This record gives sequence, C-alpha cells and structure tokens, in this order.
Amino acid sequence: MSDAHAHSVAFVRETEIPPSPPPASQAGAIKWMRDNLFSGLFNSILTLLAIYFIYKLVAGAFPWFWNGVWDAESIRDCRDILAERGAETGACFAVLVDRWDHLMFGFKYPQTEYWRPTLAFVLLLFAAAPALFYKYVPRKFLLFTALYPFIAFWLIWGGSLWLPLAILVAIIATGFVFRMVEGLDVNIRSILAAIVGLVAGIGLAYLLYQGAKELWFISNSVGSGSILTMLASFLFKAASVFMFVFFIPMGIFVGYAIYNDAEGGGLVTVVTALFALYLFVAYLVDPVAGAINAIIPIELQAVPSRDMGGYMLNMILGVVCVSLSLPLGIVLALGRQSNMPLIKGVCVVFIEFIRGVPLITLLFVANVMLAYFMPPETNFDLILRVIIMITMFSSAYIAEVIRGGLAALPKGQYEAADSLGLNYTQATRLIILPQALKISIPGIVNIAVGLFKDTTLVSVISMFDIVGMIRGPIQQSTDWISIYWEVYLFASMVFFVVCYSISQYSQWLERQLRTDHH
Amino acid sequence: MNQQTQMQVSDEVAIEIRNMNKWYGTFHVLRDIDLTVMRGERIVICGPSGSGKSTLIRCINALEEHQKGSINVDGTLLSSDLKNIDKIRSEVGMCFQHFNLFPHLTILENCTLAPIWVRKTPKKEAEETAMHFLEKVKIPEQADKYPGQLSGGQQQRVAIARSLCMRPRIMLFDEPTSALDPEMIKEVLDTMIELAEEGMTMLCVTHEMGFARQVANRVIFMDAGQIVEQNEPEEFFNNPKSDRTKLFLSQILGH
Repeated sequence: MSDAHAHSVAFVRETEIPPSPPPASQAGAIKWMRDNLFSGLFNSILTLLAIYFIYKLVAGAFPWFWNGVWDAESIRDCRDILAERGAETGACFAVLVDRWDHLMFGFKYPQTEYWRPTLAFVLLLFAAAPALFYKYVPRKFLLFTALYPFIAFWLIWGGSLWLPLAILVAIIATGFVFRMVEGLDVNIRSILAAIVGLVAGIGLAYLLYQGAKELWFISNSVGSGSILTMLASFLFKAASVFMFVFFIPMGIFVGYAIYNDAEGGGLVTVVTALFALYLFVAYLVDPVAGAINAIIPIELQAVPSRDMGGYMLNMILGVVCVSLSLPLGIVLALGRQSNMPLIKGVCVVFIEFIRGVPLITLLFVANVMLAYFMPPETNFDLILRVIIMITMFSSAYIAEVIRGGLAALPKGQYEAADSLGLNYTQATRLIILPQALKISIPGIVNIAVGLFKDTTLVSVISMFDIVGMIRGPIQQSTDWISIYWEVYLFASMVFFVVCYSISQYSQWLERQLRTDHH
Repeated sequence: MNQQTQMQVSDEVAIEIRNMNKWYGTFHVLRDIDLTVMRGERIVICGPSGSGKSTLIRCINALEEHQKGSINVDGTLLSSDLKNIDKIRSEVGMCFQHFNLFPHLTILENCTLAPIWVRKTPKKEAEETAMHFLEKVKIPEQADKYPGQLSGGQQQRVAIARSLCMRPRIMLFDEPTSALDPEMIKEVLDTMIELAEEGMTMLCVTHEMGFARQVANRVIFMDAGQIVEQNEPEEFFNNPKSDRTKLFLSQILGH
C-alpha cells in the first residue's frame, strides 16, 4: 500500500475481513439494563416510578391474598376467623370452595351427574386437538372431532343415546343423497330438478306469503298512537305489501333457477340434500330413535336446558358459537363478494343489520320476542335460541374480518388459479381461503375471544351462567351476602385462562403458517 | 437455428381471432384484432404501454372478456359458457409479470395442484411430472421450499414449470422478465428459448428484443389497441414499414 492509494479513486480488495464478536461492554445484563431501564434521565425516573407503583400494588394486595380464608361456612364465619387471627384484611376464598359446584355447573344440574359435563370437557380437549394441531395429530383422529358434538350433547343433556345417533345417521344419509344426486345421469337429474324446483318454489312462495300476512298483522297491532308507531306501522305495511307482490315471482324465480341448473347440478344437489335432511329430521329421527330406545334402552338422566348453568353454560355457548360462526362467517364473506346480486344483497343486508344492533337486544329478542313469531305449540329450546343469536352476531363480524383478508389478496392469485383451469370452488378452497384466513387469524381470534366473554351477557336474560350465579344465588344468599371481590376475581380468572390460551394458540398458529424466510 | 425452428411450424391453426373488440366501460382498448396463430409458432407482441398487448393475450384464456368478434382456441370457441372457459384454460398455460405463485404452498405443491384437481392425476404421478419439469427449469433442489424463499428468476421458472405440468398446447407469457433484475432475466429467457426449441406454440408480450430476434417467427407491434405492423423478426427490426414502429424501435433500441 502506498500513499498514492489514499488519494486515488481506484481500489481493489485483496484480503477478506473476517467476522468478529462485538466488544464485551456491548453485551450482557448490565448493557440490557442500561439500554432498557436507564437509557436517560427521563427514562430512569419513569423506571423508578414504575417500580414504586408495582411495589405499592403488590404490598397492598398481597396480605389480602395471604390471609385468605379457605375454610368457612359463611361470610360472617369467615370474618370471625379473620378477626380471631387479628388480620386487618383477608379474602374469603371459602365461598369458592363452598359454592364450587354452583360456579361450575349452576344450581339445578343434578349433583350425581356432574361427571358428565366434566367428562365432556375432558373429551373436548381430545376432540379439539386434531383440528387445532392438524400438522402433528394424524388425520384419522378428525373422525373423533366429527363425532364429538353428538357425544357431548348426549353427555350434557342426557336422555336416550339413540336420539343423537339418529341425528348423526340422518346427516350421514344426507351426505349419501348429496353424492347420489351428484352422480345422477343428466336426464334423470333434470326430472329431479323439475320436481325439486317446483316444491322449493311453491314452498318459498308459501313461506313468503305467510310472512307477508304476519307483517300485516304486526303492522295493525303496532297501533297509531304517535308519529313513531305510525311510522313503524307504515314500514311493516310497506314490507308486507312488497312481499305480497313478490311472493309468487320469487317462488317462480327460485324454482326456475333450480330447474335451469340441472346440467351443472350444484344447486339441485344442495337443495335436494337440504330437503332430505329436513325430511329425515322432521319425520324420521324422533320415531326411529324412540322405537329403538323402546327395544334397547340406553339412557342417561335427562337434564333440561333451563337447568344448565355456571361456567359450564359459558363453555357450551362459547365453544358451540365459535365453531358455528366461523363457517357461517366464511360463507357470508364469500357471499358478499359474489357476482350474483341476490346472494350479495342478502349477505350485505344480514351483515349490516346484525352489526348495527347490540348483542344484548338480540338476546332479549331470543328470550322474549322469538316466542311471538313462533306458532303457539312450538317449544323452542332457550339455549338453542341464544346459540342462534350469538352465532348470527359473531358470524357477521367474522365475515367482515374475512372480507378484509379476501380484499388483501393480490388479484394475481385469482388470475393464476383461473389460468390453471381451477373452477370457483377449487380456487376458493385451495388458493383463496387458506391465504385469506391466514391473514384474518388475528381478527378472527379477537372476535372469538370477545364472543366467549360476551356469553356472560346471558345473565341479563335470567340465565344462570357464572356471572348469573354470582349475581343471583351466591350474592343473594344469606350465607354469602355482599361478597364481591373473591367471586368476580375467580370469574375473571377462569375467563382469562381460556382467552389467554386462545390468544397464545393463535400466535403459535401464525408462526406455523409463515412461509417466507425461515 | 432460425431455419430449423421455422420448419416446426405446422399448417394446423392453434388460435384464430376474428374481428375482436374490447371495451373497458366506454374506452375502446382492442380494436378489430385479427390474428391467426399456427401450431408451433412463436409470436412476440410488443408496443408502448397501454397499447393493449397484455389485454390481448389475457383475452385468449378469458381472464378478460371480449365484447365483439370471436376467439377460437384449439378448436374450442370462447364463449361465456364456463365449461368452454375451463377447458381452454386447462389447455393454455400462462406466465405473469409478477409470477403469481401460491405463497402458502411449496414449489412442488404449486406444480402438482392443478394436475391433481383439474386433470385428476394421481398424486404420485403428478409429483413425478412436476419433478421432471422442475429439472427442466433447473431447480429440482428447491421443490420443498416456499415461493417466498426463492429469487425472482427462480420464481418465474417455477411459474413456467407450473404451467407446463398441465401439458398445455399453447403458452402465453405476459411480460415474464419485466419484474426481474438483469442477472435473472437471462435464466428465464434461456428457459423460454429451450421451450421454443421444442416446438411449443408461444405468445410472448415482452420488450426483450434479443429474444424476439432469436426465437420469434413473427413480431407483432401494437399501438392504441390495434395491430400496427407484423412481420418476420429480420424484416421487422431492419426494415420497419410504419412510422409508428420506426419511432418505437428507435426509442427502445436507441441506447
């Protein structure tokens, strides 16, 4: 190297510089503390303040926990024990021990049968594993996941085993009908399409006609006392007239659409399968299950829905509604993107309506109003009604999250799928949804967690979930009157455990699905 | 080489476009396009941006709808009938400027997806075919990686292999090298040249004039939605007839 080098522009590297570790003062715990806790005067003050607040918090709460009484008959008993010990403060955790069964199962579920929901919960973990950890659990275990709803239903509600079995068989039979119609010769299928189209068209027209009559009836019973009720009455009348005008064209339109689709066959197949399912469930399931049960009775003590309660009720509602609202949300999101104006319109109206209404009003509708719309003799299970309402509510939100995921996909993905000759179903299932759902995971989980916590709202319509149990039978009993902290803390804790697990799972799943730069 | 490849063109018609017109709203993007492509022919389409060249080849596999005239691909008339469209798409391969590989699938899965689901090929056979074509584009060792882990040039070669796995009779290339670094352009062009030498019918929208000279039987110049000039590459580059073509060529070859 000569001096000339320093001044000339030309330069050629002759030796590689070997990699070396960073200087020792730039690593280790001291450096971490200097960087993260005391990086400047202002940050050092903040750190000290934070430490002071954490100290005050712990110092204040710790004695309350530490002095906690776990063994007492009532709140007075508990306070006596605390006074005896000379403790200034102390928690009465005894309420959790004393009322553990109530908090978990409600106050009406038969005590001898507690093992059933407990077993159902344990089985839930096994049923969820193949779906949640699909990469690590063999696919054949998904069969158990598919059977789990029937097992859990039987365990929790009891009654004859043959009823859930008959429903399972009906669903499998529907699958067979679907396959059969799919494989039919085009000529036979067009005959079938004509029949199914006719029945569906007439059925729809009849339903719309009944609906129109119902709306007219409501509009008359609203009254005309004020401007508001007159307006409501007018709106109901307008909707009614609209339906009166359109019930026949709608029936013809839908019937013809089914008939016209005979060659492609998708619509005929789906509608025929739905008809078959309806016929099976409405006319075959009950008598068949009853008949078999008369010969070979396998029964658990039946527990009616109104006897469900405690955290079990929150779990039932949470698990069922989350697992139903995800597929429904996907269908709604795809429907909203559809080119077919009718399908798109239905989805948009549904989503926008549900999102514009508070969940609590929907629950009141489920509790009170639905009974007005049903024929007098129908006995529509309350839990089922609540499940329908919460599922509708959360599926509308999930649909919007998934729509965001669909919109985030580059147009090129659709084009590449098209250019390879994949049809709509294949492209959606194999290319679009896996990517859109992956993008939507944080949003979906957000809604699932929110939904699970919102199941406590059913306490407002006098169902005794964990919050309902606390507000009612526990706080208002003479033994545990005016106990707050311990029970609500416990309720928060059980919800936190589940919600935090869901959130951790979703983050793990996101890492699993990363496909760039390993 | 040019002479040898000339000989592979047969007198069988692969694509016939008659009097085709397309509008975006009221904007007339393609005007009276007439084009006949013989089997084994390699056509390069060039022209300024917005001249409708991409739209033209996207009409051939119905990624874009045309409003007037007829397109006949391999004896199948392109109409709004979904069955015809799916049939044509499975016979016509396409490569895009931005590759459009499926990022959630491995390279191998990208290549086997369409054969398995559209052609109903058994999985094992589809994988063998896929490996064959991945070897052909010289990246068999990347089969288990994801597209996000590959370079642009490698991704485009995978995209070509993915199309070839469907055993298409016609390949469409929509600016396959425009999004690539200069170093990677060559590896993609080499793959395309190899494909051309095997007698594949190809329509390429590209600005790679070297490729056009070497491989094409015919160069088509488009402007404002119309075919302005078409000729054999030698004539087209050395002796352009229209003023618009001369201007275009002077601009892209001038530096």
